[in-house]
Amino acid sequence: MSTNGKLIQGSTGPWEVVVGLEVHCQVLSKAKLFSSASTVFGADPNSQVSFVDAAMPGMLPVINRYCVEQAVRTGLGLKAKINLRSIFDRKNYFYADLPAGYQISQYKNPVVGEGEVLIDLPGGEVAKVGIERLHLEQDAGKSIHDQHPDHSFVDLNRAGIALMEIVTRPDMHSSEEAAAFLRKLRAIVRYLGTCDGNMEEGSMRADVNVSVRKPGAPFNTRCEIKNMNSVRFITQAIDYEARRQVDVLESGGTIQQQTLLFDTRNGETRPMRSKEEAHDYRYFPDPDLLPLELDEAWVDEIASSLPELPDEKKNRFMSMGLSSYDALVLVAEKDSADYFEAMLGAGAEPKAAANWLNNEYFGRLNKASLAIAEGPVSAAANSAIVQMVSENVISGKIAKDLLDIIWSEGGDPRSVVESRGLKQVTDTSAIEKAVDAVIAANPEKVQAARAKPSMAGWFVGQVMKTTGGKANPATVNALVQARLGIAEEG
Amino acid sequence: MSDLTDLTLTEARDAVLAKKVSARELTEAFLKSMEGARGLNAYVTETPEIALRMADASDKRIASGTARPMEGLPIGIKDLYCTKGVRTTASSRILSSYVPQYESTVTQNLWNAGAVMLGKLNCDEFAMGSSNETSHFGPCISPWRARNSNAQLVPGGSSGGSSAAVAANIALGATATDTGGSIRCPAAVTGTTGIKPTYGRCSRWGIVAFASSLDQAGPISHTVRDCAIMLKAMASVDPKDSTSVDIPVPDYEESLDAGVKGLRVGIPKEYRVEGTAPEIDAIWNKTAEWLKAQGAEVVEISLPHTKYALPTYYIIAPAECSSNLARYDGVRYGYRAGDPRDLIDLYERTRAEGFGAEVRRRILIGTYVLSAGYYDAYYLRAQKVRALIARDFTEAYKSCDVVLTPATPAPAFGIGEKIADPVTMYLYDVFTVTVNLAGLPSLVVPAGLNDAGLPLGIQLIGKAFDESTLFRAGRAIELAAGFKTKPQAWWRAA
Repeated sequence: MSTNGKLIQGSTGPWEVVVGLEVHCQVLSKAKLFSSASTVFGADPNSQVSFVDAAMPGMLPVINRYCVEQAVRTGLGLKAKINLRSIFDRKNYFYADLPAGYQISQYKNPVVGEGEVLIDLPGGEVAKVGIERLHLEQDAGKSIHDQHPDHSFVDLNRAGIALMEIVTRPDMHSSEEAAAFLRKLRAIVRYLGTCDGNMEEGSMRADVNVSVRKPGAPFNTRCEIKNMNSVRFITQAIDYEARRQVDVLESGGTIQQQTLLFDTRNGETRPMRSKEEAHDYRYFPDPDLLPLELDEAWVDEIASSLPELPDEKKNRFMSMGLSSYDALVLVAEKDSADYFEAMLGAGAEPKAAANWLNNEYFGRLNKASLAIAEGPVSAAANSAIVQMVSENVISGKIAKDLLDIIWSEGGDPRSVVESRGLKQVTDTSAIEKAVDAVIAANPEKVQAARAKPSMAGWFVGQVMKTTGGKANPATVNALVQARLGIAEEG
Repeated sequence: MSDLTDLTLTEARDAVLAKKVSARELTEAFLKSMEGARGLNAYVTETPEIALRMADASDKRIASGTARPMEGLPIGIKDLYCTKGVRTTASSRILSSYVPQYESTVTQNLWNAGAVMLGKLNCDEFAMGSSNETSHFGPCISPWRARNSNAQLVPGGSSGGSSAAVAANIALGATATDTGGSIRCPAAVTGTTGIKPTYGRCSRWGIVAFASSLDQAGPISHTVRDCAIMLKAMASVDPKDSTSVDIPVPDYEESLDAGVKGLRVGIPKEYRVEGTAPEIDAIWNKTAEWLKAQGAEVVEISLPHTKYALPTYYIIAPAECSSNLARYDGVRYGYRAGDPRDLIDLYERTRAEGFGAEVRRRILIGTYVLSAGYYDAYYLRAQKVRALIARDFTEAYKSCDVVLTPATPAPAFGIGEKIADPVTMYLYDVFTVTVNLAGLPSLVVPAGLNDAGLPLGIQLIGKAFDESTLFRAGRAIELAAGFKTKPQAWWRAA
């Protein structure tokens, strides 16, 4: 993998950053991993807790088949090996929000083995990040320490919700690559419908392993930054931690393998208290659960129902004539890609539709802080606008105005064009009249333009103005050139 | 009828169905007899109102001709089974006021079959013990005494309340559980009959867990037929227990009297263990002769890994227990130490105060054997030996149909005699733990009395899910032994 431009300059020369991620993705499922309690986010505390989740005496876990299916689907999306036999283990530790005193997880035999994810880097470069494994495990509940001066509260709604822990190889060499991986992983799970990828709600969280080494040297000791839930903070944390490690090593120190927390207020990493990390988890196979045996035919069935994923979609869009950049922007979010395809379905030409979305519509959405699904203009309406431009019914300038009208007032673009008389004037005699009028009214400008042909643009602008923007700009341009007797530039 | 509590479960069933006695009369007789037997400390919770309500409901069913297989039969429930709305303690301080909001699958099956709940029965704390002496509610005392002795004896454990209640006629039958012998040891030392079915035969859902891969529910009652009736009602596949097995439950009564002609009975040479009481060896030999006399073929077999069973068991069971009992932390339910300084203090004192010495010992052993650096040497190795023990039986069953062995190395011992020495106590399980490790069914039936007049049981081990053959062989032993002796009701005098 290329590391150009990603090296950290230290006093002893360049250093390479090595990053591996453990990403916890909450499985999209109505019920928990081992109970039928609901998983809806934001419910009243402890309102979604079954006897199993609360670890009442004598309660037993029963695996939720749908969660397994989601894990398999994710594994297939990561181009990974599906293990037809996997084992659930108990990870034992005491905490108030861990009702059973152990978390059911998969230790030595995960449901998904090795796979890979392609990440898109600036400049169109594509890098490969190896996936080591994906396993299923239960989430813990939530401890709440800030609602009472000397009490803590526990909300078990989250306890038992299914998580997929996805572990990468240490294949990333900068914070940008880690960020690109996370964005790509998020896109993949969203395409698959296996995780909503909402980092703010905690449905995607990452532990980040960081080490540094001289290029080509063996791996150095790593540190793990725990429980990160924003791509921006992950980027900051990696940059800070890599620099810290370089400084330690260059000043003759050694890196202690430790678990760190990232303090978002000062942008620094700090070690967790030793009590927070000194665990011997005493893993052993959960005797309440049989080994998870999957039927090959069932896995094949899931594989055959897999949706088109970002990489394939990007390639297909490029085969329609889109640039790699445009295709990438569109596939980054499934909703964007779907919107784009809906525009094509309504008749827009691919390249024009992509340009329109990326240059016009997405910008307006960003400005208004709206997700594409929340935007006020339908794909059909945008498609109609793009088509009217292609058909020379309206000019590009009018198209932008029209988009503003539809954005704020709604309506069918074609009817609006009709009712407001926004149609482009292509009748040459009418345009000629307008050109002649402008030339006649501005003799001194005519002189100037004949001396300096680039001045012709001013006449075009004036004509567009007097025609209310409806004149076909190409026609106006040609006529202005002809009347002024100057040669077309270019 | 003279005393209704003298009936076997089978006799009571027949009497109730024949309307010779009402469920209410039967239940009232047991409730009265329970009152007179409180000195045995067999029940930790009596539920007379529930019992009478259930009995009345049974009488209505009987009257309307919709009686179910155990209609109106009063039984006791080991206090390890969660019973909805009725305190369930596992005989531990840590659950001493715990009232479940759910009913275990096995007890629900029993109520669905018409059985009547008399109350919750004493046992060793979290079923950890072989004498019922580790209970937070004090030891259960055996109704049996040696001839010319007033010394109090143990009723076996951990299901001591179950065995004592049946032996003392204060329940027609009782549920029990068996992790390393907890049904069979108590049955053997109280002249009662008990079966630990194949692992997976009964649902574990709603039964307080000790060691999940070994725990199994089963009945203790007077006779082989009584146990056949109870097990039929208790067993089921359960979608809530992934380890329960979907194999139809046969009508065990049907083949009970088919005899043992041609049945191959294996005698494992490794069960001739030093330290076994001579009367145990003697009754073992005698039982084999009885079976032979009824047409069975007695063959010597080998179970070569038997000697590793006890150490293997005392690694696996504590390992699972250390994890299973982690949930008793004082946070959500159960006993909580007062005024905790912080979370760690809450855990430490809740568990130190809430658990008894034997439970704490096993949690510590289990924590140790699962710890980093010890896992491979202990837990992993134990699992490998466990597989070898199971294979021993697979091999043995090529040349026999059932295995006949002693149940305990000695008859009942005195209260306080072994409790101070855990290892001696553990050795009492030497003949029973192998069966749990192999997941096989095993039946204990009374075979006679020793010179001191104490009951001696004998153990039959079957193939997986072949409880029917066990019942059939057990019935043959029962017929030959003609065991009818009941303990003197010394406890009623007071």
